Amino acid sequence: MSEIFGIPIQAFMGQLMLGLVNGSFYAMLSLGLAVIFGMLNIINFSHGALYMMGAFLAWMGLEYLGIGYWPALLLVPLVVGLFGIVVERSMLQWLYKLDHLYGLLLTFGLALMLEGLFTNIYGVSGQPYTIPEELSGAFNLGFMFLPKYRAWVIVASLGVCFATWFMIEKTRLGANLRAATENPQLTQAFGINVPLLVMLTYGFGAALAGFAGVLAAPVIQVSPLMGSHLIITVFAVVVIGGMGSILGSIITGLGLGVIEGLTRVFYPEASATVVFIIMAIVLMLRPAGLFGKEK
Amino acid sequence: MKRKLLNAAIAALLIPAASIAFAQAKPAAVKISDGTVKIGVLTDMSGVYSDLGGQGSVTAARMAVDDYVAQHKPKFKVEMVYADHQNKADVGSNKVREWYDTQGVDMVTDVLNSGVALAVAKVTQEKNRIMINAGAASTRLTNEDCSPNTVHYVYDTYALAQGAKAVTKAGGDTWFFLTADYAFGTSLQADASKAVEAAGGKVLGAVRHPLNASDFSSFLLQAQASKAKVVGLANAGGDTINAIKAANEFGLTKKQSLMGLLTTIVDIHALGLATTQGMMFTEGFYWNLNDDTRAWSRRFFEKHKKMPSMLQAGTYSAVTTYLKAVQAAGTDEASAVMKKLKELPINDFFAKNGMIRIDGRMVHDMYLVQVKKPAESKEPWDYYNIKAVIPGNEAYQSLSLSRCPLVKK
Amino acid sequence: MNRRGVGYGLLLALLLVAPYAVYPVLVMKILCFALFACAFNLLIGYTGLLSFGHAVFLGTAGYVAGHSIKVWGFPPELGLIFAALTAAALGWVIGSLAIRRSGIYFAMITLALAQLMYFVFLQVPFTGGEDGLQGVPRGKLLGFIDLTDDLNLYYFVLAIFVFGFWLINRTIHSPFGQVLKAIRENEARAISLGYDVAKYKLLAFVLSAGLAGLAGATKTLVFRFATLTDAHWHTSGEVVLMTLLGGMGTVFGPVAGAATIVTLQNELADKVGSLVTVIMGAIFVFCVLVFRRGIVGELGALYKKMTGAR
Repeated sequence: MSEIFGIPIQAFMGQLMLGLVNGSFYAMLSLGLAVIFGMLNIINFSHGALYMMGAFLAWMGLEYLGIGYWPALLLVPLVVGLFGIVVERSMLQWLYKLDHLYGLLLTFGLALMLEGLFTNIYGVSGQPYTIPEELSGAFNLGFMFLPKYRAWVIVASLGVCFATWFMIEKTRLGANLRAATENPQLTQAFGINVPLLVMLTYGFGAALAGFAGVLAAPVIQVSPLMGSHLIITVFAVVVIGGMGSILGSIITGLGLGVIEGLTRVFYPEASATVVFIIMAIVLMLRPAGLFGKEK
Repeated sequence: MKRKLLNAAIAALLIPAASIAFAQAKPAAVKISDGTVKIGVLTDMSGVYSDLGGQGSVTAARMAVDDYVAQHKPKFKVEMVYADHQNKADVGSNKVREWYDTQGVDMVTDVLNSGVALAVAKVTQEKNRIMINAGAASTRLTNEDCSPNTVHYVYDTYALAQGAKAVTKAGGDTWFFLTADYAFGTSLQADASKAVEAAGGKVLGAVRHPLNASDFSSFLLQAQASKAKVVGLANAGGDTINAIKAANEFGLTKKQSLMGLLTTIVDIHALGLATTQGMMFTEGFYWNLNDDTRAWSRRFFEKHKKMPSMLQAGTYSAVTTYLKAVQAAGTDEASAVMKKLKELPINDFFAKNGMIRIDGRMVHDMYLVQVKKPAESKEPWDYYNIKAVIPGNEAYQSLSLSRCPLVKK
Repeated sequence: MNRRGVGYGLLLALLLVAPYAVYPVLVMKILCFALFACAFNLLIGYTGLLSFGHAVFLGTAGYVAGHSIKVWGFPPELGLIFAALTAAALGWVIGSLAIRRSGIYFAMITLALAQLMYFVFLQVPFTGGEDGLQGVPRGKLLGFIDLTDDLNLYYFVLAIFVFGFWLINRTIHSPFGQVLKAIRENEARAISLGYDVAKYKLLAFVLSAGLAGLAGATKTLVFRFATLTDAHWHTSGEVVLMTLLGGMGTVFGPVAGAATIVTLQNELADKVGSLVTVIMGAIFVFCVLVFRRGIVGELGALYKKMTGAR
């Protein structure tokens, strides 16, 4: 059997594949953060809580209303996005004139509230959500058995990431958005409703987190703490990539997922810290991040 | 606010003095400080352990107090307070200190989270009260950090690992461990490895994963590649839950069996039988064991809407046992009560012939359970088949191995 | 100026008699967190840097103090100094990485590096993992003052707090502090005036880390243990909340905030059950939306308005 660094090549390929699955979640979450940051200039600390909320809504839909996985995949992001819009209109919009740090603090408080509320109602050990029938079972890839659902996660998240990129870089709406990011006053003067764009952007970012939550529900126990376990790592991913480009945050997310996956094989003790160590190294060599621009 | 505390402090100083004077005037009366036995339930009501203890433990303790008063009509009053330590050792130890100093609390129970428990044990010894710990897992409570004021009541990591012996003897003789990469996980793995090897089995390897890893697929592939017959999960809570979920998804359970080293009914309930069927682990209590356990658990279910975990059932038993010991000793003075606690055998729905040893360890039978197939389960919460009863003296670490200074060798 | 002097005197008098009225251990805890929040305020309030990982200094110093006193047999005063210096050194490492970016990035970087250290503490053996480092002896101060007595310890902790508080105020009003304020107001102008801004930021960060460490070490001495909670990001969030609630950039604000939050946590423990997190989150949201000046800031504004109206 051929080997790479003492690991059979099959196992190596398998781990690579799993790293990609995790990377898809990083990519989707850091993409949402980047989109929101680009427009509102705030870091959305409640992103993890929105992701958790997405998973919970999927579970609640199934439990109370009998809404299955596929409709949930469409409906839940809408609900989470709507929630985001309410948050933006009722709270965030009053903070734009202030230091951007207040946005971070507000969303941090929101995250605590959401987490606390769900814990209070559903407890911490969480709720099970089964893999939809169509996607249970596994593909035999020769080098590994890849559960169909994991393959679907990669496909779905790459699809969403690409659609987002296309919308922002190639459409009229995206052009307005980019213009509003560069110079809100001037864009407003051209008759484009900038506050509306801002509101929609936050809603869209929230919806992305909600979508990631629904995707995660069948593979990770739906629990109130699932978001906060992930969000700090995603922050590090964002720092590494720099929030300058959409494509950059997608690639960084996927890449770090793979690196983390490989660490789990070669030196599992460091798998929780590897992302942070990479962040420190990137900061030393390229403070603006891999894809960021110095401002 | 300050005045209230000051008044409370003065009252706390005066009332015991007055009651001692009172007791001396009437020597036949029971010598209970301020005429009241006060029990404090310190638990995690908002954090990661809140399903295991939390509100359920408070409910169980309240039931125990009510039942005892109704059945035994004691001459003393029994009161109960509770608090949420938020998994912060400083909040926990501060609260308990305040209870002891200003509210006349005589005994604290539950106290899950080892970090909080060890801190509370120190305060309890300093103030000479009693802690009957039902919630924490660490064996340090009855070894390095043992105290004449601590009882460790329900389980510990050593006992949970002993189920591995029975599994090995039944044919699961090659093992691979998935270990949480911190002190708790490594000590679980070490104890289980010893048990496996003592029964003639072999440990093929282990992989360490970080706390709150959430994605376990990579570690499970490694476990799968080891071809071990049994995969031992040396982790707890959310980590165990996510590991089981992934094991099921990757088809690991088709060829290998899973053994949890700290799995409880809370985890099984959270995951459902379809995902967990066939899995084995050690429990200190199961509601559906016999008529006694069923009778009590159904009463508990009425109030809490969930069947009890071993911690919650243990909290009830601990409170009852304590009150019996106070009654027998005729006082709530800690060393006298502790003497009685260590003399009286414990016989209730929770434990048969349980004994509290010199190191504070309550020794009782443990159960190796296997999770039922969904078709086998006859009613909600009907989850386990009992595979083996592990007698108390085999389940718990023998006194000859103890690192507790109270044990004279 | 005079008004502030009265404030100092009042606070000190209050603290001197506090242990006779309120539970001394609780007041000591408040003092530790107040010092921690003051150290944090030096960054956010006077330099404009939001460190979202400040708990790492509190936690690190707690472990170092505990280990050096318990295992190496250091006397308490030496243990505290050693721990504070270690925290300052860690502050230098984290600070020199974090100041490479500013604003929101700075917050995220400090948070991520603190999380890195949290995992390190979880894994290394000397911290005892989730069991914590337990049973740290309080020992004898300078060899003859018995710190096991709560009142003796209280006045020692008070002395540490007064020292830290004095040092921070001294810094704020020094030329160094004026440069920090200039950086907060307009970094570009400070650079164009020829100040080495990075160096000033780093120095402020190291000082803040050291003082946060002093608070953490003192806390270990008070409670006789150091646990992971102190290094967790929730604690980082708490210190932000204390400062925000009390009033960022005010001298007394962090003290008021720390006292409120610590008392609240203690009081809520047996009243609201699992709602503690929700309440903390709600206070956060409330402060950011309508109470940005904090307790002390609002009081100050009220005072000015009243005297101005006359």
